[in-house]
Amino acid sequence: MTDAVRSENRPEKRKRAISRRRFMADVARTACGVGLLGLGIGMFSRAGALPAMSIRPPGALPEEDFLSACTRCGLCVRDCPYDVLQLGGLGEQVPIGTPYFVAREKACVMCEDIPCVPVCPTGALDHDLTDINKARMGLAVVVDQETCIAFLGLRCEVCFNVCPVRGEAITVDRRPNPRSDRHALFIPVVHSDACTGCGLCEQACILEKSAIKVLPTHLAKGELGSHYRLGWDEKAKAGKSLVSPDLEHRYNLPEGMRYDHDGEGLMQEEPSPFEDDPLDTLNRGLDGGT
Amino acid sequence: MASYERLGADAIAVKGRLRAHKWLLLRRLSQVGILVLFLLGPWAGLWIIKGNLSSSLLLDSVPMTEPLVFLQMLAAGFVTPATTAITGVLIVAGFYLLVGGRAYCSWVCPVNMITDAANWLRQKLGIKPTTRFSHHVRYWMLAMVVLVALASGSMAYELINPVSLIHRGVIFGVGMTWAVILGVFLFDLFVTRRGWCSHVCPMGAAYGLIGKFSLLRVRADRREVCNDCMECFVVCPEPQVIQPALKGAERGIGPVIVAGECTNCGRCIDICSKDVFNFGTRFFK
Repeated sequence: MTDAVRSENRPEKRKRAISRRRFMADVARTACGVGLLGLGIGMFSRAGALPAMSIRPPGALPEEDFLSACTRCGLCVRDCPYDVLQLGGLGEQVPIGTPYFVAREKACVMCEDIPCVPVCPTGALDHDLTDINKARMGLAVVVDQETCIAFLGLRCEVCFNVCPVRGEAITVDRRPNPRSDRHALFIPVVHSDACTGCGLCEQACILEKSAIKVLPTHLAKGELGSHYRLGWDEKAKAGKSLVSPDLEHRYNLPEGMRYDHDGEGLMQEEPSPFEDDPLDTLNRGLDGGT
Repeated sequence: MASYERLGADAIAVKGRLRAHKWLLLRRLSQVGILVLFLLGPWAGLWIIKGNLSSSLLLDSVPMTEPLVFLQMLAAGFVTPATTAITGVLIVAGFYLLVGGRAYCSWVCPVNMITDAANWLRQKLGIKPTTRFSHHVRYWMLAMVVLVALASGSMAYELINPVSLIHRGVIFGVGMTWAVILGVFLFDLFVTRRGWCSHVCPMGAAYGLIGKFSLLRVRADRREVCNDCMECFVVCPEPQVIQPALKGAERGIGPVIVAGECTNCGRCIDICSKDVFNFGTRFFK
């Protein structure tokens, strides 16, 4: 190194020792200073998480991978024809220079050719995404059932109607309105298998503050225990009931009554309600049914 | 040492004001020109070049990716980038292998204009450097940047990298950029002479490593006519690179400035009244 060259030029041993000592001290000083700075940067980079209302562009890798892959060049922002995307600035919570949009301000328009994706030089926006309906930028959730006017009994369905995957990502379920006892509630229900997280519903919500919001999928979704099996799915898969024999449920009804499953409900049996032998009634069910 | 008041007076007397600032003017033209090219898009809708210095797209066809950003990406664990980024980094690295690694620093990087301004003001005001630290700090910084990316799994340094912060801030109109500009300016004005670009910047260090092998070099081909005025040492942002090439005749060193830290800024060529220096290749005159 240069230090070796330097000591060759100054042959006296004492000077060489001093220069070696100074060299070591300089190295230690630099290493400590730079190391401390590195520690600070590292902790700074771990401290800020992406705020829930900031949504990544379509095709963005999971946040951890995204932060290692995005060069913060802004090419996706430039190629967004509707100026939806913006870059995180200094002092904002979004990591500096990374692209995002806020659905309530301007939602993703879901262009069919997805121009923001192929222009990404590294693939931080996954180039395999070619069908915008397969994008999963987040998941819309009806977060506030106290202010959503559908739950108050008013007709709205704006979120349902603006949804680009209309009728699939959001459906309207009819439920009885217990307040009036004779009207229906038209409740918006989001389906995660079709929702792209574009945020048009959040942007369009007619409230002062949207009752439907796009959340990061990991915040919006629950997860069943892996041991759960859904009986109806298993039955469909097997083609038959897995509980055999699959008996129709019987009610313990009063003597002489039966239950009609086709809508008539509780029925009086026409013949005499009384068994000839009372013991038959008491033993009913013990030998596998009447 | 020549006093700052008459620094360059000899060169101006011999070559005239214009020729004594030839490379400096061309450099400013390049720096401002590149910034303007980037700004023509958002300002005038003329998209000659899109993106920013971290990654860009020239004429919608030529991709470019900054080598240190690319290195951080790999270190952060994203090892399967799209071909665009790989092509881009090869184009950039190849270009600087030709024109000199740190030609980026003196001909492209917007921070250079800020630190040059700080240096000019520091000389005018006669502010003496108070803190001294090694030119090698930048290599420690480079190692730190890669290690932090490795440890944090993200391009952590890009959160504070003033080069990309300033360039992105200007091009994309992100707020608070002035604070970063002011920070770098004050650092160079008060802390250390040529503090950021010649001591700390890990990006410059990375380009310096490319520069160790680059083709276009400054040469002291006429070093025998040197009159020891020392003005080249005064104007050079990396004075340590000149000495071996200029004074190494007896030891058989030079006349090419081979140190990667030389930024190919050409100020030594401008300032020399004896025309000792010239641009040339590493191999031939």
